Amino acid sequence: MSAATQDPAPARIALVLLGAALAAAIFLLPLAAVLAEALRRGWEPAWTAISDPDSIAAIRLTLLVAAIAVPINAAGGIAAAWAIAKCDFAGKRVLITLIELPFSVSPVISGLVYVLLFGAQGYFGPALRAYGFEIIFALPGLVLATVFVTFPFVARTLIPLMQEQGREEEEAAATLGAGGWQIFLRVTLPNVKWALLAGVLLCNARAMGEFGAVSVVSGHIRGQTNTMPLHVEILYNEYMFVGAFAVAALLALLGVVTLAAKTLLETLTARRIGEHA
Amino acid sequence: MGASAIAPRSASRHQALPGLGLTLGVTVVWLGAIVIVPLAALALKPWELGAAGVLAALSEPRVLAAFRMSFGGALAATLASVPVGILLAWAITRYRFPGRRVLDALIDLPFALPTAVAGLALTALFATNGWLGAPIEAVTGWKVAYTPAGVIVALFFVALPFIVRTVEPVLRDLPAETEEAAATLGATRLQTIRRVVLPALAPATVTGFGLGFARAVGEYGSVIFIAGNMPMVSEIAPLLIIVKLEQFNYAAAAAVGLAMLVLSFAILLLLNLWQRRLRRGQR
Repeated sequence: MSAATQDPAPARIALVLLGAALAAAIFLLPLAAVLAEALRRGWEPAWTAISDPDSIAAIRLTLLVAAIAVPINAAGGIAAAWAIAKCDFAGKRVLITLIELPFSVSPVISGLVYVLLFGAQGYFGPALRAYGFEIIFALPGLVLATVFVTFPFVARTLIPLMQEQGREEEEAAATLGAGGWQIFLRVTLPNVKWALLAGVLLCNARAMGEFGAVSVVSGHIRGQTNTMPLHVEILYNEYMFVGAFAVAALLALLGVVTLAAKTLLETLTARRIGEHA
Repeated sequence: MGASAIAPRSASRHQALPGLGLTLGVTVVWLGAIVIVPLAALALKPWELGAAGVLAALSEPRVLAAFRMSFGGALAATLASVPVGILLAWAITRYRFPGRRVLDALIDLPFALPTAVAGLALTALFATNGWLGAPIEAVTGWKVAYTPAGVIVALFFVALPFIVRTVEPVLRDLPAETEEAAATLGATRLQTIRRVVLPALAPATVTGFGLGFARAVGEYGSVIFIAGNMPMVSEIAPLLIIVKLEQFNYAAAAAVGLAMLVLSFAILLLLNLWQRRLRRGQR
């Protein structure tokens, strides 16, 4: 860049300082506030709140829901990316739009749709209940709502990358006699492993942190259908502020670690991942 | 590369890779079961009330007020995030300074931070005794938490990264020649930025605005803690869905949900058309 297109030094410094100050106020201050509130009375009460049986149950449930939801979306995302990037069929653009659709749907609506299907007055709710299946206010509802809100994460990190990489390597493998699974495991997967990992991490962070969608289908039964974010809300509404902020700090840690891992993976692959997730 | 050297190009292009049936089948089942069928239920359920009933459910004063809060708040918050977003994108793409990588990574925090945590944090910050709420109230006399202003603060936090992340690649790839040309023709730096750089950013800004707006309209977790949730004042539309569900009025809840989706998709469509026009105007 020539001198004519450089901003004058004072403007440069002022803009950087302003940007840094804004970023600190917008992004760091909230994190600091969570930590400060959690440790308001020291480590002891914060730790007591986290190791409380209801909190432990919430942590367990959150891990369980993510452990079911994330693989479902990883498998679906990989399948969709293979079909779209490596095969020919009509309607790819429509398919991609539909896959990304859940990102433009309010989390509350993401929970609502399953209540409409499986709730007490839903389309299939009464019939399923007659056979003893509980979906809403139970684990399956939490999983479904979580799968919905995290639906596009893996697909949207893989599709553009696999389209960019083209099909020549896979075609060469096919010419040499490799079968479909062999091509995928030996050729495609090594090429996309870091992007896949990043997609899975983002999907997992959202799955564990989801609030609105699971709030609609949970029923908020303590120790049974309360995930960590819902537990935070209950503690907060009961004026157990230290507990609420302590569990929130744990969730914030999840977010920060995910962010650090994503940044590391972006450095490794030299490309941005999950742009507008 | 290797294959085309051996086989003729046309042959390698026609050689289909295996797995279309399986992967497309999995995709369709996954998409159908999780997204299509549930959204179809949302599209069907409101009409149990009849067309007149849907209209009546949506024209309740409390519902209208919630729509004004959600859509108006999202509009105000996303508009406010545009200049801040462009400034942050400018700083991380145009300058090299210590801590730039950290700043760059921090911008994605609202994507990675669970919404309930963001909501709790913002409430603590902007409460009357909070780090920001106390000075703001002392200086201006305004309360932020538990008012519509609190809703806008939370939506701003949510929408900001979308602006930065859509503007940033354009700003990075903007050819230096265009700015040099303007400078050579005698434009001052400010003129160059106003007449050359900012118009080039316009289409991406509109796209980012659309993404941020769509996210902000439906946002729930970051908002409900700081909003105070006063009916007619600071109640958002997603909360109203939950209220209707708790009254076991599924059809009315679905009506509110469907109206939210239709309205926000219509706005996104308009923004998309506008963005295309801006892009055409540049060629």
